[in-house]
Amino acid sequence: MKRRVSPAESVAAHAVMVIAVAFALYPVLWVVALAFSGARPPAPHVLPLPTSPTLRPLLDVGGASRDGTWLFGRQLMNSIVVALATAGVGVGIAIPAAYALARFTVLGKEGGVRALLATQMFPTVASAVPLYLLLDALGLLNSRTGLVVCYASTSVPFAIFQLRAAFEAIPADLEEAAMVDGATRFEAFLRVVLPAARPAIAVTALFAFMSAYNEFILAATLLGREEMFTLPVVLQRFVGEYDAQWEHFAAGALVVSIPVMALFYVAQRHLVAGLTSGGVKG
Amino acid sequence: MKRSPRFVAAIVALVAAMLCATSAIAAPMRLWHAYRGEEQRALETLVKQYAPGEVELLALPYDAFGSKLAAAIPLGDGPDLFIDAHERLGDYRARRLVAPVGDALDEAAPFSAPALQAVQLDGQAFAVPLSQKCVALYVNTDLVRDDPRELEDLVALRATLPKDVFPLAYEAQGAYAHAAILAAFGGQLLDASDQLAFVGPAAERSVELVRGLLDQRVVPEDADGSLVTNLFRSGKAAFAISGPWLAADLGSAKELHYRVALLPRIRATGQLMRPLLTVESVMMSPKGAARAEVRALARKLASAEAASLRARVARTLPARGDVELPSGDRFLGTFAAQAALAIPMPSSRAMRATWEPVNRALRKVLRRDATAEVALAEAKRRFDDVRRPLPPPASPAPLAVLIGLGALVGAFQLVRSARDADYGAALRRSLPAYRYVLHAVIAIGVLVMLPLTIGAGTSLFAGGAGDTRYVGIANFVSILTARGGSLLSSGSFYLVLAVTCVWTVVNLFFHVTIGVALALVLSRPIMRLRAMYRVLLIIPWAVPSYVTALAWKGMFHRQFGAVTGVILGLNDLLGTHLEPIAWFSSFTTAFTANVATNVWLGFPFMMVVTLGALTGVPEEVLEAAEVDGATRWQRLRLVTLPMIRPTLMPSITLGAIWTFNMFNVVFLVSGGDPDGTTDILVSEAYRWAFTREAQYGYAAAYSVLIFLLLSGATRLSEWRRSAREARERAPVDAAAGAATAGVP
Repeated sequence: MKRRVSPAESVAAHAVMVIAVAFALYPVLWVVALAFSGARPPAPHVLPLPTSPTLRPLLDVGGASRDGTWLFGRQLMNSIVVALATAGVGVGIAIPAAYALARFTVLGKEGGVRALLATQMFPTVASAVPLYLLLDALGLLNSRTGLVVCYASTSVPFAIFQLRAAFEAIPADLEEAAMVDGATRFEAFLRVVLPAARPAIAVTALFAFMSAYNEFILAATLLGREEMFTLPVVLQRFVGEYDAQWEHFAAGALVVSIPVMALFYVAQRHLVAGLTSGGVKG
Repeated sequence: MKRSPRFVAAIVALVAAMLCATSAIAAPMRLWHAYRGEEQRALETLVKQYAPGEVELLALPYDAFGSKLAAAIPLGDGPDLFIDAHERLGDYRARRLVAPVGDALDEAAPFSAPALQAVQLDGQAFAVPLSQKCVALYVNTDLVRDDPRELEDLVALRATLPKDVFPLAYEAQGAYAHAAILAAFGGQLLDASDQLAFVGPAAERSVELVRGLLDQRVVPEDADGSLVTNLFRSGKAAFAISGPWLAADLGSAKELHYRVALLPRIRATGQLMRPLLTVESVMMSPKGAARAEVRALARKLASAEAASLRARVARTLPARGDVELPSGDRFLGTFAAQAALAIPMPSSRAMRATWEPVNRALRKVLRRDATAEVALAEAKRRFDDVRRPLPPPASPAPLAVLIGLGALVGAFQLVRSARDADYGAALRRSLPAYRYVLHAVIAIGVLVMLPLTIGAGTSLFAGGAGDTRYVGIANFVSILTARGGSLLSSGSFYLVLAVTCVWTVVNLFFHVTIGVALALVLSRPIMRLRAMYRVLLIIPWAVPSYVTALAWKGMFHRQFGAVTGVILGLNDLLGTHLEPIAWFSSFTTAFTANVATNVWLGFPFMMVVTLGALTGVPEEVLEAAEVDGATRWQRLRLVTLPMIRPTLMPSITLGAIWTFNMFNVVFLVSGGDPDGTTDILVSEAYRWAFTREAQYGYAAAYSVLIFLLLSGATRLSEWRRSAREARERAPVDAAAGAATAGVP
């Protein structure tokens, strides 16, 4: 049966969408406009159009170099490498654990999952200092590895939640059939479960990537050399108390946002499926 | 593995080799600073000249500077020397981040008297002065010709200047700039015994004078540093009170003609305004101060030659008298004269606790939210609150007994379950699973549980480095009793909790309604451009949240924000005369700004989750309902919503937890303004940890309370959900039972 859709209803639906899209895009366009603005101070405008358009801010920010090395490039690489490593480590640790929680009888499962959810409720303000001492004990201060370790501490619990729900949503019959055909449990996991959970894994990895890519408080505290900095730390320096270089901040923000937006664009088709194969089930 | 003696010996040798290797190579000197622009360039030049190849320079964001020093130096990981303002010395010494400078301070050099005085603590020099900074009067010579003799003369300018030009721009709501006026009334911020002195008639009169200037539109409201810069640069202010940093910012503006002059007198008292003096100095960590080459570098950085280069390149004012200023530089000459009149900022630890209460009191009076007397009394109370004496040390005996009892019960349980045959069987059954979980358990145990437990444990301690003591539950008692004040006084735990709850509920309401509504529209059976709309609507989620937060803060900016642009556009279009709104000066508007930002950030997540949940609603059910004559609204309310609820609930729970602890938005958008009223529990905890004398124990106690509240709330909602599910299932089970009962 095909439902009738009246033209009026169609127009209303598109009107809602257009308003929502305008609300969603306005601040982003504002940042984009600022990034190409040559005028200081920025004048108040309704339409996000650059005043006296120029590429200066982008060139200033992107061209930062020191002693012959291209500093901005290094810092962009740092951000990407740290975020990729966080996503890899987080998902890598979480996959087997989430699988076990979804399929096996595990003594202490209830308690463990509860404890895991509880970690999400504790504000990081209190654990930042102990984490710092821990990294020092491991000799990982001032290093990208240390940063990855820190970020993994939040991405692993989150990834376990997500993936456990995803694995639970995959019918157990699939693996059982594979095992009847002579595969070991591990092979069944590798060949049957993992491919079926690919959207969820991709989305989980994307979240881990994003959270690491965007973090700046820990990064500013832990990293001690300019060529180690991640981009958020660099951007933070543009909006100081006395001299807010908004156009430089906006230009940096633009460059920072492009990789995540691209990843989101690629992953967005999986987003719906990946999130709701059980959702972020606690 | 059996540990052979040879293995142990090898380890020892390896460690010894590493130790030797590190001490044999001369470690580079590490120098940290927060300079930018010309000052940074000048420092780099000097370092290259004095110690080529031996110095590792690090430029840090100013906001992170103090906390990074505090974290790094005690671990031996920090800089050997660093450049900072002298007023932090008291705090740094108490935390053992600095050491006396010894021979780094050239005793024969003619350092200026205020500068020398500023770097002394108890008769010992703890820093080497480099340069001095204070505010002076900037004059736009295109707009006005003469310097004012008295500050009150500026009122007359109101009538002669164009309407959109302010006679004077300065940060009227900041304690730093206000101190100059306060001094002319004979007042000060902090007295010699480290008590807040911003009370009494002198302070009240100084605040009332400023309020008068604001009322007559002589001075702009809500001026922060960047607004002062912008107004003066664009010729919208005839005078500005600011420091040398303003000139650095004006550098590129060619159409602007200006000079600097001394701050005027105050007519009411006939006294000169005297600004606070900041002495930028080289400080040395205890490790650095022990190294001769580090002290030598500090000495060179403070030399007349270096000061002269800094004056030339970065136009900073030397802290010594024997530096020849670039010839004819009236700018530096005026600042030198002003510095000679300035009052060195107290460097005691208590000074850091004055800013927040005094700033808030100023803002309150200038917005006419309170009389000067009331606001100043409140500032005093706030100050005393932060500086309250440490609670007395408590006996750790009750804790030890508690831990002992816990261990005993645990051991007892363990023994009992070990004897239990079922338990053994269950354990054997789950053995294969542990292989999959083990590494995750270890990782989470070390990286998450351990820091959390230690963090939670900190809540039982008070005091800073060197004076840490176990105080039992004193921190909790103090928080829960609002530190002896009224339970609903501003900044009390209960008031902040109420704000946090309203914040969470309002945000969640908008997230869910907007998210669900958009998802319903998007999932209509025939929807053109669906994919495009979905991609565009997800964008807020993809942009880094600190970028978003700062962008929204910019949009709400009263002078150049986009929201103001919209209001002005409306005025043009409709001929109305709406005033631009000062978003962060009242609770309602500031809270609204925060909510708008966070709703923008959060609705795509709910939308995507709902889209997924909607795919689980079978089309047949909806069609059946339609056939049965259900209206569209009934179909939504009775079929669709109940069917997607189970999928949405977990996301809503998680969303509630995230919103409850949403630090970024509150901290970056409103920053707690006005007067800390929009702070939520997490940002309050952050303030205790990082801006109020590093009371980590107190902040940890806040964190533990947040944790208890959240876990209590989720437990409650889980319990209610399972009760409801049981209730809904009961009739079905009964019916099923009745049906099967008939079958033998």
